[in-house]
Amino acid sequence: MATMEMRKEIFADERDDNLNVIGKGVQRQDMPGHVTARTRFFDDHAFDGMLHLKVVRSPHHHARIRSIDVSAAERAPGVKRVLRGADVPVNKNTLLSLINFGKDDEPTLAVSKVSYKGEPVVAVIADSEAQALAARKLVRVEYEQLAPVFDVEEALKPGAPVVNETYPGNYFEYHQRFDHQKLRFGDVERAFAQADMVIEERYQMSPIEHAPTETNGSIAAPEHNDRYVVHSCAQGLFFSLGTTAKIVDLESNRLHFIGGTVGGGFGGKVDSLTEPLAVLGAMLTGRPVRYVLDREEEMLYGSPRGAERIYVKDGLMRDGRIVARSIRSYFDAGAYTRLSSYAAIKCTAHLPGPYWIPNVSSDVYVSYTNRCPSTAMRGFGVTAVDFALEVQMDRLAEAANMDPMEFRILNAYRDGDMKAHRRVAKNTALIECVQVAADRANWPLSEQARRASSLGGGAGERSQIPATQLDARGQIGRPDSRSGPPTQVLPPGTMRIPLSKQPIMDGARDGRATPTQVPRYEPQPVAPPPMPAYQPGSQAYQPPPAYAPPPAYQPAPSYQPPPAPPAPPPAAPSQHGAVRFSTVFGTRRR
Amino acid sequence: MAKLPVQFRLNGSDRATFVDPSSNLLDTLRRGLGDFAPKYGCGQGTCGVCTVLVDGEPQLSCLTLAVTCEGKQIETASGMADGPNLQPLQEAFMDHFAAQCGFCTPGMLTAARALLARNPNPTRDEVVEAISGNICRCTGYEPIIAAILTAASAPGARRA
Repeated sequence: MATMEMRKEIFADERDDNLNVIGKGVQRQDMPGHVTARTRFFDDHAFDGMLHLKVVRSPHHHARIRSIDVSAAERAPGVKRVLRGADVPVNKNTLLSLINFGKDDEPTLAVSKVSYKGEPVVAVIADSEAQALAARKLVRVEYEQLAPVFDVEEALKPGAPVVNETYPGNYFEYHQRFDHQKLRFGDVERAFAQADMVIEERYQMSPIEHAPTETNGSIAAPEHNDRYVVHSCAQGLFFSLGTTAKIVDLESNRLHFIGGTVGGGFGGKVDSLTEPLAVLGAMLTGRPVRYVLDREEEMLYGSPRGAERIYVKDGLMRDGRIVARSIRSYFDAGAYTRLSSYAAIKCTAHLPGPYWIPNVSSDVYVSYTNRCPSTAMRGFGVTAVDFALEVQMDRLAEAANMDPMEFRILNAYRDGDMKAHRRVAKNTALIECVQVAADRANWPLSEQARRASSLGGGAGERSQIPATQLDARGQIGRPDSRSGPPTQVLPPGTMRIPLSKQPIMDGARDGRATPTQVPRYEPQPVAPPPMPAYQPGSQAYQPPPAYAPPPAYQPAPSYQPPPAPPAPPPAAPSQHGAVRFSTVFGTRRR
Repeated sequence: MAKLPVQFRLNGSDRATFVDPSSNLLDTLRRGLGDFAPKYGCGQGTCGVCTVLVDGEPQLSCLTLAVTCEGKQIETASGMADGPNLQPLQEAFMDHFAAQCGFCTPGMLTAARALLARNPNPTRDEVVEAISGNICRCTGYEPIIAAILTAASAPGARRA
């Protein structure tokens, strides 16, 4: 409701408040084009002298490239140009580098090794598709096969084959040092010990291919004004423009992207799979270049929804209350990051599901394997864990001998509840949703469940941040401050990250400290404690957001700041584009 | 490779072009003649987005050699409308939101058109059967089935 009110204010002079379209069908503006076949998709454009680009792909899951011989292909009939990794101006990229998130890890054309079956190695550009396909067969690539790893947990074990040289631990490094996304709220171990039942299950998803009827592709052509026009299937046209501009090292105003008409995307057309090579081909040949995946390439090279493995362990009371939830989850990124780093953040932000649970713990890993890189797909990061959580909820209801609908109503978030992320739950409506669903399905609910409301019951103890237990590494999602060798045994499946930089800590916790007493929730973030190395609020220097202390961890009043906190490290070098801007990525808006 | 001449009627107009003996009808229509209504989806006859009518029969143009179409009547979705006026089938697709991304729509309309031409009053099962070779990833098919059934009962549907 609050959101609605705010929008009303913001757009007060722009909106007609009669809400006269709700409940009525309104014709889509693109429908006449669809039913007359006049809609132009990226491939529905004709160019004189258009060339066709085809890509030589790795036949191996994991192999070192010993040599590449393109001489026969270059001499083949109709071939205008053969591209190798060295021809790509910026041959390493990661999609979210546009917002400075993650390291460049994926080549456009592989140079020294291939990390999944279908990885692009060489591009052949010829007058006709048939000629490009024929010449593609003449490219000789010598491989030395390497041991692959396909399992997300195997990949994280010491000694596992290194999938992605940029991330030698086979995990995505959050803020250059963390091997996973961590959430801690209360003390799950103590709650498990006191629970009537502890129920642990393992859930495994499969990767899912979007399978749009239109395969990924693009056509790039030199324009009269020293620009390149790109007809693209991209779902995020400017995202694709920025990515392409970086890879081909062209100012973005020399790219004229035309798109918005997508023959089915579902998340599978955000990766700019074809645009950079099509533009590079047009730049190097001076001719229009068309690069369209065939269906097999779409399956091999077009990213799927990443598979996830999720362990859920719950502490349950006989009366149906969930008192603790601990989650360990592994995202299968495939060989390169693409958008999996973001998926794990979304997953963590979603935990523990729409339920108030007083003790929550989660570790979510992004794990590299020798599979096709995975990416966005319809609620990625959330849908799989929701599947796991809701199946788990049914199992818990059964264990508590309760109706599954009533069980959800009992445990649902209510307005005013403190979430595990230390934000107060607002506009909650799960109880009402379940009530409506039960009503429509003629599912009998008890009087008590029918009377339940999201508006009440969320105050008191439920609105407090509990004393939070540090984990075995003395961390709550922050750098380990211990200097000596660790003594505690790590939880299975986790590993220690050697620190590359001296961490900045806002507290004197040394990892052996007793559980930190966190002050009660305050809506307004408190200014960070002053540090001598920079002026708070200075425009010239912003501390790297990764090290900024979250407001919830403000030291208790009795706390004494350390005499000489280390100076903040220099800001991470900007890779490309804009500044960090998102709370989702662990940074704070100011 | 020597090209071969081929002539056929496309949406009521005589067209002629030269093709490789191995060229399929899909590429010939799209790249040779500029009719972009049939789409490429799989190239192996499994998705139906390239469906066209050859002498009134729905065919997968990606699996049809262009040279075999000599002298035939080819109809695509771009020739469906009667000048500026839409056919009842097209209007029913609009009314029922039977297209979302629109990529399968030309093939879907073509398959439906062939059905209504030979069976003006199909049952729901017959509609489902008629579009069973056309994959749609957006709509879940129900709006498409409803649109075809509506068009079948509309006055003037036989024109389709």
